[in-house]
Amino acid sequence: MKKLKMSIATMLLLAVSFTNAQEKEKMKMDHKMDHGKMMDMNSDAKAEAILNDYFSLKNALVADDTKKAAQEGAKLVASLKAFDTSSYTKEQQEELADIIEDATEHAEHIAESAIDHQREHFKTLSKDITDMVAITGTKNTLYQQFCPMYDKGSAWLSTNNEIRNPYYGSRMLKCGKVQKTIQ
Amino acid sequence: MKVVKIIAVVLLVAFVGIQFIPTTRNQSNMVPETDFMLVNNVPENIQNKLQVSCYDCHSNNTQYPWYNKVQPVAWFLEDHIKEGKAELNFNEWDSLSSRRKTSKLRSIINQIENGEMPLDSYTLIHRDAKFSEAEAEEIINWVTQLKDSL
Repeated sequence: MKKLKMSIATMLLLAVSFTNAQEKEKMKMDHKMDHGKMMDMNSDAKAEAILNDYFSLKNALVADDTKKAAQEGAKLVASLKAFDTSSYTKEQQEELADIIEDATEHAEHIAESAIDHQREHFKTLSKDITDMVAITGTKNTLYQQFCPMYDKGSAWLSTNNEIRNPYYGSRMLKCGKVQKTIQ
Repeated sequence: MKVVKIIAVVLLVAFVGIQFIPTTRNQSNMVPETDFMLVNNVPENIQNKLQVSCYDCHSNNTQYPWYNKVQPVAWFLEDHIKEGKAELNFNEWDSLSSRRKTSKLRSIINQIENGEMPLDSYTLIHRDAKFSEAEAEEIINWVTQLKDSL
């Protein structure tokens, strides 16, 4: 009798530990999958975060708001820094590193300059961000817009096809045209 | 009267004291292969202007003024040179990617156009570093050409 009890207890214990182990394994796999998915989403999300900060900066310049533009410039510095390029090919990584270095410098200047300066740096920054999107792609439709008057012609990106000129703001809000649609 | 004397003595001691704080000097007698003048075909008059007006703070070699070792002047200079080199070092020009070069050239043009460079605090003493309007235009035109050729 005692022996029977012992063996039942042992079997139960074994059964419990097997189930437990299996569950753990499953959890681990789930976790891995989640992690894998998250990695993909993260790298996209980080490029999107850069774009979001860029658009907020653009909107601040459209509104002639130096202070806001400076804040957005500082945010952009942070989101550029957080961009992880490891999921891209080696060649793309090199180009992205170059773009990020350049864009960071311009964003830093925007964070601490008066509006004329901010706009000068925004021009080169726009080129950098456009080149970045060519590599990373984006989930939104973007419009590359162009103002022929500012500094012998200057482009920028927008999520809206209506022209709101960040280089002149209220002085010439609607100067420019859509040059290209990026999808 | 006594208070004035005490303050004067304290200031004097402080002034003498800070003279002993070392500063890093920006000097090098080697021009690296990556130097702006070596990799670009720069006309002589523009070379001279860049050397006199820019290289003191934007290269590894500063022609220091005589009072450069007196504090707090030395600190002020050290700070400016450090900042200037971080922004742009002509000696290391060719180590930049073409994107970075274009970007720097554009900034050079903007800074000269807006009269922000060379700094007023610099041209105040280095009178010959100041650009006349014609000189500024000449440099801007040449730099624009270089930028467009990249």
